[in-house]
Amino acid sequence: MPETVLETQGLTMQFGGVLAVAQVDFRMDARELRCLIGPNGAGKSTFFKCITGLLPPTEGQIFMRGQETTRWPSHHVASLGVGTKTQVPSVMDGLSVFENIWLAARRFLPPRAATRKADETITRLALGPVARSSPGRLAHGERQHVELGMVMAGDPWLVLLDEPAAGMTGGDVERLTEIVEEFARTAAVVVVEHDMQFIRSIARTVTVFHRGAVLLEGHVDAVLADPAVRSVYLGQAA
Amino acid sequence: MRDAGWGRELTGTLVVAACAVGVLPMLVSTYTLTVLIIYGMLGLSLGLVWGFGGILCFGQAAFFGLGAYTYAIAAINFGESTVPMLLAVAVPAGFAAVLGAMLFYGRLTDVYLGVITLVVTLILHRFMNATAGSEYVIGNARLGGFNGIPGFQTLNVPGDPSAYVWGESFYYFSAVCLLLAYLLVSAVLRSSFGRIAVGIRENETRAALMGYDVPARKTVMFAAGAAIAGLAGALFANWAEIVTPRLFSLSQSADIIIWCIVGGLGTRIGPVLGAAGLSYLKFLLGQQDLLHNSVVSGAILVLFVLFLPGGIAPVLANAWRLVTRRRPRSRYRRPRGPRSSLASGDA
Repeated sequence: MPETVLETQGLTMQFGGVLAVAQVDFRMDARELRCLIGPNGAGKSTFFKCITGLLPPTEGQIFMRGQETTRWPSHHVASLGVGTKTQVPSVMDGLSVFENIWLAARRFLPPRAATRKADETITRLALGPVARSSPGRLAHGERQHVELGMVMAGDPWLVLLDEPAAGMTGGDVERLTEIVEEFARTAAVVVVEHDMQFIRSIARTVTVFHRGAVLLEGHVDAVLADPAVRSVYLGQAA
Repeated sequence: MRDAGWGRELTGTLVVAACAVGVLPMLVSTYTLTVLIIYGMLGLSLGLVWGFGGILCFGQAAFFGLGAYTYAIAAINFGESTVPMLLAVAVPAGFAAVLGAMLFYGRLTDVYLGVITLVVTLILHRFMNATAGSEYVIGNARLGGFNGIPGFQTLNVPGDPSAYVWGESFYYFSAVCLLLAYLLVSAVLRSSFGRIAVGIRENETRAALMGYDVPARKTVMFAAGAAIAGLAGALFANWAEIVTPRLFSLSQSADIIIWCIVGGLGTRIGPVLGAAGLSYLKFLLGQQDLLHNSVVSGAILVLFVLFLPGGIAPVLANAWRLVTRRRPRSRYRRPRGPRSSLASGDA
């Protein structure tokens, strides 16, 4: 039986009177690739932030590789080997692309090894031509790649990607698909996405969020054919 | 990291510093130069914390004053200067570590940080002003309220309290202290710690998601800046031979921030030059009574913010490059290592 790398039990996040995430039980295995979909406001991103430690959940528990990580600060979660890409690209604009990726590698490696790792990551992502420039000057798609590079440089065993395809052009999405597949070879990957075409190209198992709870979970084709899911996406109350 | 760039920079810094220390006394009295050096060090301390750590501290004067008072009180009690000098670095650093931990673990940022550091300075200012009574005594030292503490043992050769270091030798001593502080800051910024600190300045969330403990690192940075400010305070106490609550005044705090902006935030030499330059200007303006000093420094601040927001240091660096006809180097040093597919960005 494959190892469970991420599990939540009754995870709940309440903002005042708004229940953003309600009693979510979620689990995934090592090297699994999982997509989270759902309409806007379904609680995907909040669920995500609870896992990464950016938000402390109101109730419930989170386990990573069997260890409870509920309400851990995000740097503790990251230090376990969890790589996160946030919804809004989060890069360090005042530094070069190389420095951005070097810093991510440096967390887990001594300086020289971090340099090798950063060079290697830059080659893998074909960021060589822009390695010396600031991510602030890059196009949106390239900024996303820089952030993925930072995730990659940490050699994570759990990768959390929040809307990686947002605002990307067709070619960028193709490259992104390859990158996600590559992550999935060594890590469990969770992708929150809206782009259905992208999801169809990468997904095996899909979890659908609706109103803060898990509506459905299953193989991508079955889920997308489900009438309840379709009505949720078309905006009718199911 | 001991790479070639560091060696060249070290030599360059030493040569420039030696020239400046040797030539300037021909133009300005060493007594005035000493205080300019001390202010330069104070500017350097905020330049590190604010320019590289991204922590806007309105209360750098608090650590400066704390260093000065610590030195004065300890010097009266010990009757020599070596331990007081060390305490004057350690006490402000410890105070900043405690204050910083409360601020950064409390996740206070930006304006709140500024307000709290400012208020801490005001509290110290008020408190020190209120210590005139004879009950405010630490060991043999009376705090003296508004009048401050005069008549303490000034700097002496370690182990020989009667061999005073003063006048010209105190000038050279201060210059060496500033040089060492500057080289220390340079080394820290070249180290992984410094580069991570700059990363935190750029994006705290990302730094945390990379796995770096942001509050702990900011606390250390804050304390390091306070240690340098404390050393500057101790030197100031030796120079002025009296410490008064004016060290904690608002105008002192504001001056330090203006020095950093005018000199160039995010550079090492900028705040030092800004501090020395503006303090010298203040000294010159003090010799006439046509224009009030605060009008001039206010005007300078406004002009810089409007027309030269990067400060003087980047302009000087560009001019230097023009003179030496060197191509601009990337602002971000790439560490040694295999070049692999990396673009040769120097072109």
